[in-house]
Amino acid sequence: MAEELLRLENIYKNFGNVKVLKDVNLNIKKGEVVALIGDNGAGKSTLIKVITGVHRPNSGKVFFKKEEVNIKSVSQSRKMGIEAVYQERALCDQQELYRNIFAGREITNSLGFLKIKQQRKEAEKILRDYIGFTSKAITVDSTVMGLSGGEKQGVAFGRSLYFNSDLIVLDEPTMGLSIQETEKVLNFVRGLKNENKSAIFIDHNIIHVYGAADRFVILDRGEVVGEFMKDEITREELVNKMIELHESGKIEVEA
Amino acid sequence: MNNLFNSYFVKTHKLEISITIIAVVLFLIYFLGAPHVFTRFPIYRAFMQSMPFFGIIAISATFVVTLGEIDLSFPSIVGITSLTFGMVLTSTDGNFYLAFILATSLGMFAGLINGLLVTKIGIPSIVATIGTLFFWRGLVNVISQGSGIAIVDVADGTWQHAMFVQKLFGKIPAQFIWFIALTALMQWIYRYHKFGNHIHFVGDNKASAQMMGINVDRVKIIAFVQLGFFSALAGIFTMYEMLYFWPTQGAGLMLTTLAAVFVGGTSVFGGKGTIFGTFIGVLIIGSLESGIVALGLSGFYVQFINGLMITAAVTIYALIQRKKT
Repeated sequence: MAEELLRLENIYKNFGNVKVLKDVNLNIKKGEVVALIGDNGAGKSTLIKVITGVHRPNSGKVFFKKEEVNIKSVSQSRKMGIEAVYQERALCDQQELYRNIFAGREITNSLGFLKIKQQRKEAEKILRDYIGFTSKAITVDSTVMGLSGGEKQGVAFGRSLYFNSDLIVLDEPTMGLSIQETEKVLNFVRGLKNENKSAIFIDHNIIHVYGAADRFVILDRGEVVGEFMKDEITREELVNKMIELHESGKIEVEA
Repeated sequence: MNNLFNSYFVKTHKLEISITIIAVVLFLIYFLGAPHVFTRFPIYRAFMQSMPFFGIIAISATFVVTLGEIDLSFPSIVGITSLTFGMVLTSTDGNFYLAFILATSLGMFAGLINGLLVTKIGIPSIVATIGTLFFWRGLVNVISQGSGIAIVDVADGTWQHAMFVQKLFGKIPAQFIWFIALTALMQWIYRYHKFGNHIHFVGDNKASAQMMGINVDRVKIIAFVQLGFFSALAGIFTMYEMLYFWPTQGAGLMLTTLAAVFVGGTSVFGGKGTIFGTFIGVLIIGSLESGIVALGLSGFYVQFINGLMITAAVTIYALIQRKKT
């Protein structure tokens, strides 16, 4: 039995009167890839934003590496070893890649001035070694604007690997990507397991999810309504569960 | 030659190069059109004397504009801080330190209010700062009751007077040296400090910046606070030059200052800008009035040509930007 990495207990999150998360429990082991699935508005994005410190839950407990933590900010969750690759693609279009990769955790001297040379050198390493960019058209001085969706996603992944995180959070990593680029992304997710890193992964496409995840957690209107290990359920059964949920609003859990 | 145009430097400094060319052409026109004025030193001395007063604010405002925000209240912040400076200086028989600290603190406080209104209350900056523009000017009028303050007796001949506005070698106004030094410092911060870096990311895409772990609200608040500080500083420079406070002090600064930032090439949409460009923008906007009159056109042309310059410059930048995407 692998060691526990993250555990959420009884998480509630409201935005005004809207209850987005209701009593959510979730845990993730080391080296495990968990897929969060559910319809739009099920609370998937909110849930991962609670984990990465963008949102703070109204109540509930978060344990990371078996210790209770109170994640107040993105920089805090990063320091703990949680790294996010967001659906909105957290990159700024008009800024250079070497600035984007280090945004929010710049390499600086004691006065806060950037060590540009070092940032560019490290960024170069990330582009070459972690992402495998070979195109000469993309350098550390390129702005994000000219990159394709897959290239952007690659930069975001490279960033998360470089900072050596334990848990990588992927929000719709394949959205808007070509088939080849999607395949690269899914390979990346599978590759995480070899390094004993864990991932939470949201995707609308059950085929993608099924191929890359060890476990599936189904969210519906802010609640966890089902949880399956990959060896308990075939892809067709999983798709049927989702259709069933969509039609009847509930799910039969036999196990 | 072809290499030169395609070099990395040129590609990444299109804005700076365009604005410099515009400035050179403008000064060539002055030079050819009014050689009797522009081949002699006094006109340049006059430029160096007057440009820093709004130039300092323009450099500082470039940070706020790069955020995609705007501050319209700085003319009144100049007013209220200058009033404070004058009142403290005259009532303490020339206690510069106290006057300086109180005036600049008030400037930063005014900036803090702008920053809080924008970030914590969520009022768009253009609206929030129209409010504080009227508020601080109103307060100036209420306190001063419309009369000025002479600081000649407590300021003229002091070392602070020498430091701020004396002519070096009898020729170069000290405020211009300060202005250049400040431009260099701010350029460095803008491009190479963490704060400047965060300004660019927040201005580029607030949501992304937030997700990258940048404290968006704090960056915005600091930007407004530093603009408050530099507004106060610009007011103090002006006070030492004029040795007088008048209740409308700062009121004429709004359009020239913001025009210098926009002509300089800083994007209204945020995320992209240049301190060097603002500096050149100050040289352009600050020279137009004298230049136009020296060319023999009547003063009525000043606004017209000013408008032409601004519109032409921002159109060029918009086109450069569009080609990129």
